Amino acid sequence: MNKPLSLYIHWPFCLSKCPYCDFNSHVADHVDHDVWLDSFKTELSYFKNTVEGGRVVSIFFGGGTPSLMKPFVVEGILTHIHDLWEVEAGCEITLEANPTSIEADKFQAFREAGINRVSIGVQSLNDQDLKFLGRTHSAQEAIKAIEIADKIFERRSLDLIYARPDQTLQGWEEELTRALKIIKGHVSLYQLTIEQGTPFYTAHKRGDFSVPQSDKGADFYELTQAMMERAGMPAYEVSNHAIKGQESAHNLTYWRYGSYIGVGPGAHGRVSIQGQKHATRIHCAPAIWLERVREKGHGLQACDPLSQEVQQSEALMMGLRLNEGVHIEEINLDKGRLNHLIEEGDLELSLYTLKATPQGRLRLNSVLSYLYG
Amino acid sequence: MSPAQNTHPLEHIRNFAIIAHIDHGKSTLADRLIQTCGGLEEREMSEQVLDNMDIERERGITIKAQTVRLLYTAKDGIEYQLNLMDTPGHVDFSYEVSRSLASCEGSLLIVDASQGVEAQTLANVYMAMENDHEIVPVINKIDLPAADIDSAKEAIENVIGLPADEALPVSGKTGEEIDDLLEAIVKRLPCPTSQDLTAPTKALLVDSWYDSYLGVVILVRVIDGYLAKGQKIRFMGTKATRDIDRVGIFTPKKVMLDQLGPGEMGFITAGIKDISDTKVGDTLTDEKNMCDTPLEGFKPSIPMVFCSLFPIDNGEYEKLRDSLARLALNDSSLIYENENSQALGMGFRCGFLGLLHMEIIQERLEREFDLDLIPTAPSVVYHIHMNNGTMIELYNPVDMPDVVMINEIHEPWIKATILTPDEYLGGLLQLCQERRGEQLNLTYVGDRAMLEYRLPLNEVVFDFYDRLKSISRGYASFDYHVDDYKTEDLVRLSILVNGESIDALAMIVHRSQAERRGRQLCERLKDLIPRQMFKIAIQAAIGGKIIARESLSAMRKDVTAKCYGGDISRKKKLLDKQKKGKAKMRQYGNVDIPQSAFIAALRMGDE
Repeated sequence: MNKPLSLYIHWPFCLSKCPYCDFNSHVADHVDHDVWLDSFKTELSYFKNTVEGGRVVSIFFGGGTPSLMKPFVVEGILTHIHDLWEVEAGCEITLEANPTSIEADKFQAFREAGINRVSIGVQSLNDQDLKFLGRTHSAQEAIKAIEIADKIFERRSLDLIYARPDQTLQGWEEELTRALKIIKGHVSLYQLTIEQGTPFYTAHKRGDFSVPQSDKGADFYELTQAMMERAGMPAYEVSNHAIKGQESAHNLTYWRYGSYIGVGPGAHGRVSIQGQKHATRIHCAPAIWLERVREKGHGLQACDPLSQEVQQSEALMMGLRLNEGVHIEEINLDKGRLNHLIEEGDLELSLYTLKATPQGRLRLNSVLSYLYG
Repeated sequence: MSPAQNTHPLEHIRNFAIIAHIDHGKSTLADRLIQTCGGLEEREMSEQVLDNMDIERERGITIKAQTVRLLYTAKDGIEYQLNLMDTPGHVDFSYEVSRSLASCEGSLLIVDASQGVEAQTLANVYMAMENDHEIVPVINKIDLPAADIDSAKEAIENVIGLPADEALPVSGKTGEEIDDLLEAIVKRLPCPTSQDLTAPTKALLVDSWYDSYLGVVILVRVIDGYLAKGQKIRFMGTKATRDIDRVGIFTPKKVMLDQLGPGEMGFITAGIKDISDTKVGDTLTDEKNMCDTPLEGFKPSIPMVFCSLFPIDNGEYEKLRDSLARLALNDSSLIYENENSQALGMGFRCGFLGLLHMEIIQERLEREFDLDLIPTAPSVVYHIHMNNGTMIELYNPVDMPDVVMINEIHEPWIKATILTPDEYLGGLLQLCQERRGEQLNLTYVGDRAMLEYRLPLNEVVFDFYDRLKSISRGYASFDYHVDDYKTEDLVRLSILVNGESIDALAMIVHRSQAERRGRQLCERLKDLIPRQMFKIAIQAAIGGKIIARESLSAMRKDVTAKCYGGDISRKKKLLDKQKKGKAKMRQYGNVDIPQSAFIAALRMGDE
């Protein structure tokens, strides 16, 4: 009964939408925090009664912008979780935060509510680029928010977006050098991805701007790896860097294909129900979610069993993103294709571990699609 | 039933053709003649009534011959029967043109008052002269502001060699001087010299087409004897016999008659379903009273240009097959057979009379049958002389036998005539030289040069015509006929991706051109093939010898930046979608190449 379990809580609201973001986020005039707290609690209870697993090893508040939650909601949720499950001592409890002064002012209250780690969406240290990315904070404001966070939280991470339109390698090198002064313990470095259904997608298609891709993108990536290794923070995942011991336990659950419950609009989960792994998906629209939870006790839109085959491919898809690779005891893969990828220097196979090499990780999508081709 | 006498005695019949360059107003002038003779009321006149097919009307090209019987009461008070023969108007159909001309005694030569004489006109004039035609030169479009009657006359005299003072200035558009033209037809063109009704029937098969109500309709010119309903006739070339079930003429409306007499033109039907049973130039005779010798000049049409057509959507293969069958119903010179390409899937290898014919067929398939096609580079028929003394006709470079078994390769050469304003001569000479041409003659007519060249047909089918038009800004005109086969140092150029040959891109070229063409194609493919997991070698080879190479480096970066709990399902979907996309890929070694890359490579070949 005490299998490890991670919990994800999705807060789907933002003050404004960033033009690159394709996450489930909404801009609402009025949010009734009491109602939302009740609904989260109801849905968590539903999962407690449905899925197996007892020991909560990580909790993550994502969004949207969860730093817009009123601290009493966070506190209420965490108290409820403690009521339902056994929560491991030292359980990592992360909240994503935007580095505006308003949100930074709430850090202390979040700490008191039970949050022990924040992940701050800095994105850039150039004001002009922040504007382009649709961010409402300045670089200075972000640095200030980090300073506040450091006084309050033991652990924190920050996000940066690079390979931006018109960015040069030199420009990024200079910016990352500056950023290294405020990076501590953990950082996520993402290349800007133009996602379908975002304002950037349309603008990019129209030719308003171009972003470094293929070879250029690879150059950006390799520069980033070299700098981070020199700084003592090699990547432990495609876009994530940490000093030893500071890796995100919650995200490792995803990549190690562990069990996690996702509650709140649009959240996904991988949970075990009666010994069978299931994929869960919650309805995306906030209003419908509230209604479903009120009526049925949960907002599930889908809860599908996953075949062994799908489980293995998902495990590989996630696990090969990690430096440590995937633990596999039985290989159900096309041997010819696997060997070819090993010969080409994309994958490494030791006794029980399949790993992507740096070359293979950089083109993991192609590697996987070839492997399953 | 005994045959009736002609409604018009021979001396009151005139059979004439109209010779003109595309756009010089042949059809408009024909319309005006029809209207003046009362063949159609004003309200029935649609522009260019003779050109039935959309494509003919749009491109100003007549593909099928047509006849119209006009009744004209001349100034001498006598009613004449004028049979106007509208001939196909392009070099690809030169055999068909020659048969149309053979059915007439005279021609109207139309020269555009603003454009002068073009190469194709000249070729057809020579053909008319070979058929002993009396020729009346007509200067058309005199209503145009740019009309220059004097230089048109000069061209008629100097280029064609006809007395200029006999030329008639007219306007097909406004109808100016049309009466003079009709008088000239009656006065200056000879009547048929046919024998009487009692002679054994001898008729020329001028053209034929498929009509969904009547079956195959055969256009005929009766030389001797008659063709009547119910008569059993024999096709002397194909040796088939049939009963005539309908006889008629066009006025241009279809009018049924009981018979066609000596010297007359019209159509018959004889319960024929397949157009390939009716060969243009064949002789029709009476089964019971056969003539001794068939008419001269009959030869089956031979496709000269070949290319393969593949549907872009492989699911449309059957539709393409049915569409080709439909077109072949009406076009016995179109031949096709099934072809299976590794690169492009299932399609057809098709044979055409020439470039225009090929273009028209492709256009009709795309337009009338709504097909999206990939044509391969056009090729010609090579004669492969093997070491063992046999000869193979090679229609598709893919089928070329092993070189060690080949003694010689012969390729078709053409004689080309190019007429061009003087200023473009340099560029055109260079073009002909680049294409391995041999200059035969260069003469001047005023400020226009007439260039005669021998050229290999395979250099002409590639993009010669487009280059000629672009060098001369559209002013040069071009005509050719196939001359002979000649041994040449030809090689098969193969394009290899990761060591595997891509069938659709194989071509036969002169050894001197092989390296340039090979390099071009390799460079092009390098740009067109998307980067893959693995390095790709793109090579051009002659036999086992690599003559050009490019390499496409492997893709370095292709990874999702953010992938967390909520992204698994989405990412998985993307993988599955890529898998589906591979259905449209062709595998070469361990590389999947999208079919679109080959299509683009072939498309660019036209530029």
